[in-house]
Parts: sequence; C-alpha cells; structure tokens
Amino acid sequence: MLNDKGRPTRPETADETPMAASTFTGNRALDVEEALIFEIGRADVTGVDLPAPKGGASRLGAHARTTPIALPGLAEPEAVRHYVRLSRKNYSIDAGLYPLGSCTMKHNPRLNEKMARLPGFADVHPLQPVGTVAGALDVVAEVGRWLCELTGMTACAMSPKAGAHGELAGMMAIKAALAARGLDKPVVLVPESAHGTNPATAALIGFEVRAVPARPDGTVAAADVKAAIDDRVGALMLTNPNTCGLFEPEIAEIAAAIHAAGGYFYADGANFNAIVGKVRPADFGVDAMHINLHKTFSTPHGGGGPGAGPVVLSERLAAFAPLPFVRIEGGRPVLVEDVSQTRAGETPYGRLTAFHGQMGMFTRALSYMLSHGADGLRQASEDAVLSANYVRAALADLMTVAFPDHPSMHEVLFDDRFLEGTGVTTLDFAKAMIDEGYHPMTMYFPLVVHGAMLIEPTESESKASLDLFVATLRGLVLAAQAGDTARFTQAPRFAPRRRLDETRAARAPKLKWEPPKAAE
Amino acid sequence: MRYLPLTPSDRAEMLARIGVDTVDALYADVPADELLDHLLDLPKAKGEMEVERIMSRMAGKNLTASAAPFFCGAGAYKHHVPATVDHLIQRSEFLTSYTPYQPEITQGTLQVLFEFQTQVANLTGMEVANASMYDGSTGAGEAVLMAHRITRRRKAVVSGGLHPHYAEVIATLSGMASDEVSRLAPNVGGDEDLLAAIDATTSCVVVQSPDVFGRIVDLKPIADAAHAAGALLVAVVTEVVSLGAIEPPGAQGADIVVCEGQSLGNPLGFGGPYVGLFAARSKHVRQMPGRLCGETVDAEGKRGFVLTLSTREQHIRREKATSNICTNAGLCALAFSIHLTLLGEAGLTRLAALNHEAACEVADALGNLPGVEVLNDTFFNEFTVKLPVNAAALVEKLAKDEGILAGVPVSRLLPEAGLDDLLLVAVTECSTADDRAALVAAISEAI
Repeated sequence: MLNDKGRPTRPETADETPMAASTFTGNRALDVEEALIFEIGRADVTGVDLPAPKGGASRLGAHARTTPIALPGLAEPEAVRHYVRLSRKNYSIDAGLYPLGSCTMKHNPRLNEKMARLPGFADVHPLQPVGTVAGALDVVAEVGRWLCELTGMTACAMSPKAGAHGELAGMMAIKAALAARGLDKPVVLVPESAHGTNPATAALIGFEVRAVPARPDGTVAAADVKAAIDDRVGALMLTNPNTCGLFEPEIAEIAAAIHAAGGYFYADGANFNAIVGKVRPADFGVDAMHINLHKTFSTPHGGGGPGAGPVVLSERLAAFAPLPFVRIEGGRPVLVEDVSQTRAGETPYGRLTAFHGQMGMFTRALSYMLSHGADGLRQASEDAVLSANYVRAALADLMTVAFPDHPSMHEVLFDDRFLEGTGVTTLDFAKAMIDEGYHPMTMYFPLVVHGAMLIEPTESESKASLDLFVATLRGLVLAAQAGDTARFTQAPRFAPRRRLDETRAARAPKLKWEPPKAAE
Repeated sequence: MRYLPLTPSDRAEMLARIGVDTVDALYADVPADELLDHLLDLPKAKGEMEVERIMSRMAGKNLTASAAPFFCGAGAYKHHVPATVDHLIQRSEFLTSYTPYQPEITQGTLQVLFEFQTQVANLTGMEVANASMYDGSTGAGEAVLMAHRITRRRKAVVSGGLHPHYAEVIATLSGMASDEVSRLAPNVGGDEDLLAAIDATTSCVVVQSPDVFGRIVDLKPIADAAHAAGALLVAVVTEVVSLGAIEPPGAQGADIVVCEGQSLGNPLGFGGPYVGLFAARSKHVRQMPGRLCGETVDAEGKRGFVLTLSTREQHIRREKATSNICTNAGLCALAFSIHLTLLGEAGLTRLAALNHEAACEVADALGNLPGVEVLNDTFFNEFTVKLPVNAAALVEKLAKDEGILAGVPVSRLLPEAGLDDLLLVAVTECSTADDRAALVAAISEAI
C-alpha cells in the first residue's frame, strides 16, 4: 500500500484558502514565458555542425564583411524548446474550431504535407532543364485542369502567389484586354461590401474605383450596377458568394450589364468553398476569378501565408495570361516562360513573379482534389453551407442575423443589435470566446453592418462540435444580456496574454529588438 | 469521405433544424438553371494510398537535386536544411494558424515575426524590416512602388545585373501603373554606366549584389549618386547566405533592401513558395508595404506583440493603401528564422565561407580548361563561365548523359540576348568534392 505512505493521491486542500493565481516565474504550468532569441542566444553558439573552411583564396574583392551581424545562435535543444514553447501560445485549426468568416479555416490534411515533401517535388530547381521536370509540369497542368473544370473557365494562370496577387493578375489581364481593344475605360465598380484588397488592387494599377451601394438585404442590385455604369467603366469586381455570406440573386443580370457595356467581370473567389461542384462561375458570367488554394483547397494558412492564388480566365481573357504558363501539346504540358516561345493568339501581358508560382501549394491542393474527387468536393461545399445555416438556425433567436431574407452560404453574418444596452461590444464578445476555448469569428467585417460577426464553421466540424460551439455562444449571449459585463470587458483572462495595447504599439513603433543600454 | 465528419443522419437532423427538406433549398438564390444537377467531369474520391501512388508517380518523373551533382542557382539555391526546421514548422500551432489578428492567442506567431524582423534588419544592415513578402521578385516590384511614393517621382532605373525575372516583374507592375522603367542592357562585362542613367526624374536605382552573373557590386558610389539626384537605392540580394561573407547593403548606403530568403530554411520546391525579405530606413517605415509586427504590453503590463501600423494596409485604407498585399509568407519566414537561429552568426559565417571556398575551387578548375573563361573578377558562390559551345545544349547533354545538373544557361533567362555561350554555375556546401570533380571532368570532355 505504497500510496498510503507515499505521496497523496487525492486533493486534500479543500478547506484551505486558495492562493492567488500567480507564480514566481510568470509561467502558468504548460504556458511558459519565453524570452527572445536575442536575449537567450549567443553569437558564438551554433546548432549546425559544419566543417571548418580551409581558408585561403578569396574572390570577394574589397567587399568582405568586416562588421559583426548581431545574430544570436542556439544549440539544437535550445532552439527546439524555444519554438515549441512559442508554438503553444497559438490557437490552431488542429486544436479547435476556427470560425473566421471569409478565411475558410478547414482541416489541413497531413497527406498533403507528405506529398509536398516528396523529393521529386521539394528538391527540384525551377530552372533545371525542362526535360528533367516533366512531373512538376504535370502537377501545374493538372491543378489548372481541375480549376478550369470546377469553374467552367477556359484558362488558368498559375503563378500568382496569394489571393491579392491573383486579383492583381486578373485585373492586369482585364487592363491588357481593354488596351488591346483600344478602349479607354479606367473605372472599376466595387461594391461597398467588398474586401479591402479589391479597391487596393484596382488602384494599384491605375484604375479609378467607383463604389456601388449595398442593398438593405445585403446583396447588390442589378439596377444599382446599371446606374453606375457609363462609358468609362471597364470592369466590375464582385465577390460571389458575397462578403455577407449571400449568393447574389441578380448575378446573371449584373454580369450581363457589365458585358453589354463592353467591360469585364472580375469575381473575387474568396468564397468559392460554398459552391464547388454546385454552380460554375463561368455560368454566371465571370471573366476572371482568383482561387485561394489556402482556403478552398486546404493548403495550410501557416500563420499568415504562404498562400497561392491561381486565376481562371474566360475565353475573352485567356490570351492575356501572364508568363509563365503551361500549354498542352499532344496531351503533354509544355512550359512557356518567355515571349519568344509564344504562338499566335498568346499575348501575355508580362510576368508577376520569378519562376513558376507556388509549386508547394499546387502539390498540396492536388492531393486534396484527388482525395475528394468530384463527389467529395461537392459534398464538402454542401456540408459547409449546411453547417453555417445550422449554426444560424440555432442562434437566430438570441443573436441578430444581419440579413435574414436570404439563406446563408458557407458563412453567416450577425450584427451587434443583440448586444444593445449590454455594455458589451463585438470586440468584448470575441475576446470572451477566447476564454471559452474558441478562436473568435471575423469581427467588424464586412463594413456594411454594425459590429459585424462573420461565422464560417466550414465542413470540417462534426455535429457535436457545432452543437458545443452553439451552446457556448448561447451561454455568452445570455450572460451579456444578464449584465455579467466583466466576463466580456475583462476578457481574455486565461489566454497567454490579456488584451494588448495596440495604440501604444502604433504610436512609437518598436519593430525590432534593441540591446539594452548599458548602465551609466 | 475521410475529411468530412457529418454523417447522413447528422445532415438530416441539421436540415430539419434549419427547416428545409434538401440542401439545395439553401442554394435558393442561385438561378435554377445554373445549379448543377450532375457531377463535373473529374475523377471520384480516392483513399490515401491511391493518392500517394498518383502523386509519387508524378514526382518520380523529375530529376531531384540530391540525386545529381548539382550546380543550379540564378535566384534559387540548394542548401542543407537542418531536420529541426521542417519538424518545427509542422507543429500544428504554426502550420494551421491564421494571420495573428487575435494577438492574445497568437503570441507564438507574433514573437517569431518580431524575431524575424530583427534578424532581417541586422542581416541587411538596415533599421527596420517587415514580416516578409511573397518572394524576392515581388518584393522588388513593391520596393519600386515604395520609392515612387517617397520621392513622388515615377521612373526607376534598373541595372542590367538584376535577375531578369525580377526586372520583368518590375516592368510589368510599373507598366500597368503607367510608371517608367529604364532597364539597362545585360551587364555581362560588369562595366555598365548606371550613374549616367540617373537623372532628376529618377525615383530609385535597382541594383543586385551579387548580381545575376555573380559579380559583387560596389554599392556605395551608386548610393551616393542616387542620393545626390534625390533618388533612392534599392538593393537586391537573391542569395542571402552571401550576407554572411560580404558587407550588407545597409552599410553601403541602400535605402531599401529586398532579398530572396529561400536559401535559409526553404527547399528549392520548383520555385515556390519562397520568402521575400524587405528592409528599409526607419524614416520610411510608414511607406512600407506588407505586415509589420511591433512590441507592446498587455493589460497586466507584460510584454507582448501585435500587428501594427495597419493604417497603411488595404483592409483599412482600401484604394489608398500602400499595397494590395494581404498576406505574407509566414511559414516560410518561420523556416528562415529557425534556420538562422540554429546557424547563429558563427554558423552563418562558416556556411558562407564554405560556399565561397567551394565556388572558388570550381571556378579555378573550369577557368583552367582550354576555351573556357570565368567572366567574374569577384563572386560569392555563383559565377559566369563563357564556353566554346552552346550552354543550354551542354546543360541538356550533361543532364541526360551524365546525370549532372551543371548550372543555368544565361539564355534560359535572356533568350534573345545573344548570350548563348554563357553558363551560371552555383556551388554550395551541398556539393561534394566528387561532385565538383565530376562537373569539371564532364565539361572538359564535352567541349
């Protein structure tokens, strides 16, 4: 009976006064405070064993480095511990539901990671002789083929490195097409509800942005688009499903209007996850659309990239696809990376990046596509839409659905009317979700509703997971309405950090570590 | 389907809760004739084993860098990446986290970015760095736009030593924005007159060092001339390991430094994803593109990190933003930062010395072959050789017959420049003495 004489096996302190939740170290059990590498590393320590250089000949000319770099090193065990400790201060999809609307935080299959690391993909140079990279070109062509089939479009420009880069690629194709037709149409219509990258992209390449109002029901009216169109309008940028999580009911009429005016329809593909295999963007008149492989096709978000944003193009724009691209000849992909290799009918407007695009994301996306197949992709979209509407139905009596007249697509938008008079804001509500173990939803976007909360559960959640999420939100709403304000305004209380002072960070920016000044 | 947790009975219950009969009722706003009633013409779902088989078959058609004596560079370099790097970046909390918009539960990512920014600033000799760009080439395009904003001028002068892909990215972006680019002819001989191209309308001069031909460029006189004309110097580095051996652009007067960071932590990967490093003088920080991470404190006074100066960015400024960029290259930046932390200053310096030494050995040996000339007076780990034969044909032949990847023919980057006899040869620590001897012997035999 060792335990009778050894360590106690049950809590015995119930009658004692609980200690304050502070520690000498500032650590809280698994959550360990971690200094910066500049505070724990040393310039003479290295975690990589390399042979000693022989010394001697130098061809560096007069430019050999003479000044120290100030780079600390860590031995391997120190480095592992540093980054593992930091990692534990992050929320992740792998650890829980991540309902960030418009971001599509779905499961990231590990098979994708394994495939991307096959030496035949990871250990290949972009400028090896093309005869030695036939498999890499197969992947590029195959991802392009899937994207064209899923969207109904003619061509796919694969090189854009992220969604916003894909927007740039698509809008450049439109600009090139307008120029080729000798048209001076410098105005782009952008709905007020659009993501900020849309107007930023258009402005970056010299388009003038003209806003189109949102209707009270969260959609764009064809009549408003028509009213905004004049001779100077060359394109429309529209997200569909839109940023309010709604499918634009008048999309066909809107597309017809911009086409009748001689312009092009750019669709932001951020919300493609709602409609894969259900409806093809080409069928509602799209001329160009970027596809965020890191949203719809499950490549990992990586804490903010890398993404990938291939752009599908209609027949009217296909000729303008940027270099490099892959042409299929006799059933085989051929790499075209210079104007000198183009043929009649191929008029690329230039190059967007060195090399060929985000190959590592193509391999991951292709693994995802092959795994799902046409049937699984369609089911995934249906499940994503079903889950968003289920969450909506389960919360509609307590929270205020911003646009109740339309079914939601893969995300549901609430406004903050349900918090009126509680003293709790959208931000407070989001921070209280952190204490309950959830990453908050997208807050304050889109800008067209007050205190927006955009919830996108994705198809990756079980019904039990959705039910628990709903129950948590219901509990929070009731607490807010019952006047339990501190639960919200003090939140988060259990995260690695309390609320951070963003004003202070911006007022006197401290963007890198500086050595402490020596004591006088 | 293994990635979809909902069962048919779950779906039925959920539809009932919503109050509709079918999921298609939720697609009621889609015009009825556009809603697909059939599956698209693509294969059906597959299990892991089958997907692995298909992907492996494609991968098997490529000749991998490790399977061959390997000497390709030109903006993408093969270096040994410690196993620790790839293990750590696959931690769920790094891999499957979003952009750190909720700083209380993303301090891991944010502290890494703060450390990354400091490493990049110190490495380039600059005052501030951002949280990364898509890659070096897009960073160069953004640097030119930033220089336009600062100087309120719209003409960039681009050196003929800049990687041609980078120059094309700049030209494409500038052309679309109706800005001017004055691009000099390929600077094969290292004797271009860049200073003569600078005038009172020049916003910036874009110079790469080591340049695309491998030559180390003296940036100081160019910086002085640019500054005298009221222009900025944008310095580009495509091989960051070189900064372990040569003076950083920041010490030579650069105003903006853009690097391709792939060499540290990131595989060749057929060209992407890579990571762009972007550094500048702190007085220009509010004109920088991309994300910035800054230090602050939380409500209890503890140090913490947040994304900051976001009033430059598209989600706040919309069409008035400094850039349309929304994301960075977070995970690639993490890989870069871990690799550099493992190396430390001692390791990076040694790695750079080993690269330089190996390159010197190959350059000397190739230069001794009859009819072969090494064009560089200076270089780090890559140099240009002039061959008595067509370089592209030679590279094809050595790949096919000898299984050697001998380098990048200049004609691959500049197909119509009449430089068909030039070969870029990059030599890193990954090459063995046998590899290097095999290259020299094979070229000797082939010419």
